Amino acid sequence: MKKTLTILRHEFRQTLKRKAFIIMTVALPLVLMLGYGIYQAVQHWHEPSEPQEVKIGYVDEAGGFDKYTTQQDITFILYPNEEKAKSALLDSEVEEYFVIAADYLSSGRITRYTTKSEFEVPVKIWSSIEDFLLSNLLAEEVSPELLERAKIPMQLNTVELDESGEIVSAQDDVTKAILPVVFGMIFIFAIFFSSGFLLQSVSEEKENRVIEIILSSVSSRQLLAGKVLGLGAAGLLQVAIWLIAIKIFADAASVNIPALSNLSIPSSFLAWGILFFIMGYALFAAIFAGVGSLGSTARESQSLSGIIVLPSIVPLWFSYFIISNPESTFAKALTFIPVTAPITAMMRLSRDVLSVWEIVLSLTILALSAMLAMWIAAKVFRVFLLMYGKTPSLREIARYVREA
Amino acid sequence: MNAIEVSQVSKSFRGIRAVNDLSFTVGTGEVFGMVGPNGAGKTTTLRMSMDIIKPDSGEIEILGEHINEESKNRIGYLPEERGLYRKITVSESLTYLAALKNMKGRPVKDRTAALLERVDMVQHRNKKIEELSRGMSQIIQFIATILHDPELIVLDEPFAGLDPVNTELLKGFILELKGQGKSIILSTHMMNQVEELCDRVLMINKGQAVLYGGLGEIKSRFRNNSIFLECDRIPDELPGVIGRKAHGKYIELFLDGQTPPFEVLAALVNSRSTINRFEVSTPSLNEIFIQVVKEG
Repeated sequence: MKKTLTILRHEFRQTLKRKAFIIMTVALPLVLMLGYGIYQAVQHWHEPSEPQEVKIGYVDEAGGFDKYTTQQDITFILYPNEEKAKSALLDSEVEEYFVIAADYLSSGRITRYTTKSEFEVPVKIWSSIEDFLLSNLLAEEVSPELLERAKIPMQLNTVELDESGEIVSAQDDVTKAILPVVFGMIFIFAIFFSSGFLLQSVSEEKENRVIEIILSSVSSRQLLAGKVLGLGAAGLLQVAIWLIAIKIFADAASVNIPALSNLSIPSSFLAWGILFFIMGYALFAAIFAGVGSLGSTARESQSLSGIIVLPSIVPLWFSYFIISNPESTFAKALTFIPVTAPITAMMRLSRDVLSVWEIVLSLTILALSAMLAMWIAAKVFRVFLLMYGKTPSLREIARYVREA
Repeated sequence: MNAIEVSQVSKSFRGIRAVNDLSFTVGTGEVFGMVGPNGAGKTTTLRMSMDIIKPDSGEIEILGEHINEESKNRIGYLPEERGLYRKITVSESLTYLAALKNMKGRPVKDRTAALLERVDMVQHRNKKIEELSRGMSQIIQFIATILHDPELIVLDEPFAGLDPVNTELLKGFILELKGQGKSIILSTHMMNQVEELCDRVLMINKGQAVLYGGLGEIKSRFRNNSIFLECDRIPDELPGVIGRKAHGKYIELFLDGQTPPFEVLAALVNSRSTINRFEVSTPSLNEIFIQVVKEG
C-alpha cells in the first residue's frame, strides 16, 4: 500500500512534467481566452472610442430637421451651409457630416461626407442617422410606442415544426446544448489523454529496461495500481483546470456576448460526467496498461493501442448524429457497449435524454468490464513486461492469461 | 540463516524446461558464483528468487522466509536486462528507486552523496541519464542496487559492457561489500571473474546443476595430476612420472597419482638444471566446465 502510494506520487509528478500534458492542459484555457479576447477586440474595433461622444454635422436643405439631435451617443450639429460643415469637418470639430437634400421627402436622398475610407457605413452611424430622421419626421405625428416600433419593426423568432406539428427544438436550445457537449468532449479527451500517458509510462519503463528493477521492489499488482491511480489523478487535475477555465469563460461570456447569454450547466450533468470519467478511465487505463506491456518499445505499443482505440471512437465519428438524435436505437445501443459507453453516455447526457436506469445500467456495465480488464491487465502485465522481441499474438496472450 | 535456499525448483516456458529440479544454498556473507553459458537458466533462476516470476514447482526462501514486501526491501537486484529512466536526473532516479525499497529522506540523500562521491560522479548528480555514457549509467545502476544498504545483493552479469577501469571499480565494490558481511550472488558466463571473486560456485547447464561446491574443492577434484615444466635439461629419471608430452616451449609431466608434486621439484633441484617454470596444473573453471558438459 505504501509502495503503491510512492508509485502514485512518482507517476503523478512525472506526468505533470510531460510537455504533452502541459500543452494539452494549457491549450483549452488559452484557446478560450484567445477567443474571448478576439471577440472583445473585434467589438472595440467596430465601435472605436465608445464612451466618448461622437459629433456629426449636418446641413438641412429640406428644412424641419432641427430636434432630437442626440441619438444613442451621437450628437448631430446643424450647419447653415455645406462650406461651414466642410470646414468644421476639416477642423475636426465633427467626425463627418451629411446633407439632407432639398427634395428629401420625395427622393430620400442623404449625402454623407467623411475623411475616413470605409468598406461600409458603420452600423451604429447608419442606425442613428435613421433614428434622427425618423424622430424628426414622425415624433409630432404618432405616439412614442409607435415611433419605437417604427425604428425596430420586428424581433424575429423562428420555430421548427415536424410533420405532426410538434416543436422539433426551440432554436435557443442550441446555445444551451453547446456547453454540455463541450463538457462531454473534455471528459472524453481527458480519458484518452490519461490512459494514453499510462500506456506511454508502462511501455517506456519496458523499453528503458528499468521495469525489472522496479519489479524486484514491488509486485506487478502494486505497480499497476500505482500507475493507474497516479495518472488518473493527473487526468482529474486536467479536467479540473479545464472546468475552471470554462466556468470563468462562461461567466464572462454570458455577460458580454449576447449570443451566449443562455450558457448554463446542469449540476447533475457534472456529477454524472465525473462518474463516467472515472469509470471510463478505469476501463481504458486497464486496457492500455495491458497493451503497454505487450510491445518491446513505446512505439510498438502505441501502434498496438491504435487497434483498441479505433472501436472506442465510433461515437466520435457519429457525434453529430448522436447529439441530434440522442434517442435513436443506435445511440442507445452504444450506451451499453463498454468501450463506447463513456463517450456516448456523455453526449446523450448533454442532451438531457438519459433516464436514471440507463445511467445506472451503463455505469454498471462499465464498472464490471473495468474490473475484468484490470484482472486481465494484471496478468498480462506480469507475463509480458519481461518479454522482448516479437509482439505476441492474441492467441498467445489468451493462453498466458489462462495459465498465469 | 542462509541468504537463499532454493529447493527442487523447476520452471518451463512454452513446454521447454528452463530450470529443472534445481537446488542450492547461498550462505550469509559469501560471494556465490552462478556460472553457465547463455540460456542455461541463470536469469530465470534469479527472477524466480526475486519473485518476479513464479516457479512451476519447488520452494525458495530468501533471508530465512518466503519473499514478501518487507524482505524485498532487504535485497538489491541488478538485472541483466537493465536500464534507467532516460528523462529523469540521476538523483531523482536514485531517490525514487530507494523509495520503492522503503528508504526515504535524509539517509537517502547522505548515502547517494557518499556513493556518487566514491565513484567520482557527484558533478553528474543533476544530469539526465540519457546525457551520461553507457558505462556511467551502468555504474549508476549499480549504485541504485546497493543504495538502500541491502543484506543480499544479486548481480546478473554486472560486468557486461564495462571497460577495464569500471570493471576494477565494480570488483572493488564487491569485495568491500563482502567485507561488510553482505551476501552476494554473482551470475555470469565469464568464468575468470568467478575464479577471482567467488567462494562457492554453482554451475548450470540446460537448467540443471552440473557442479556445485567450494571453488578450491572443485578445482582439486578436477586436477589432472600433471605438471608444466620449462627448464634447460630434464633428467631421464624423475620420481612418480609416468609420461611426458612436449608442448613446444614447455613439457607436461604426468604423475602416477601417489607422488606429491614437491618430490618431483626436489629431484629437479638436485639435478641442478635451471628451472624457468614449475606449475602444478589446475584446470581453469572454463576447462572444467567444458569437460563436465562434454561428459554430461
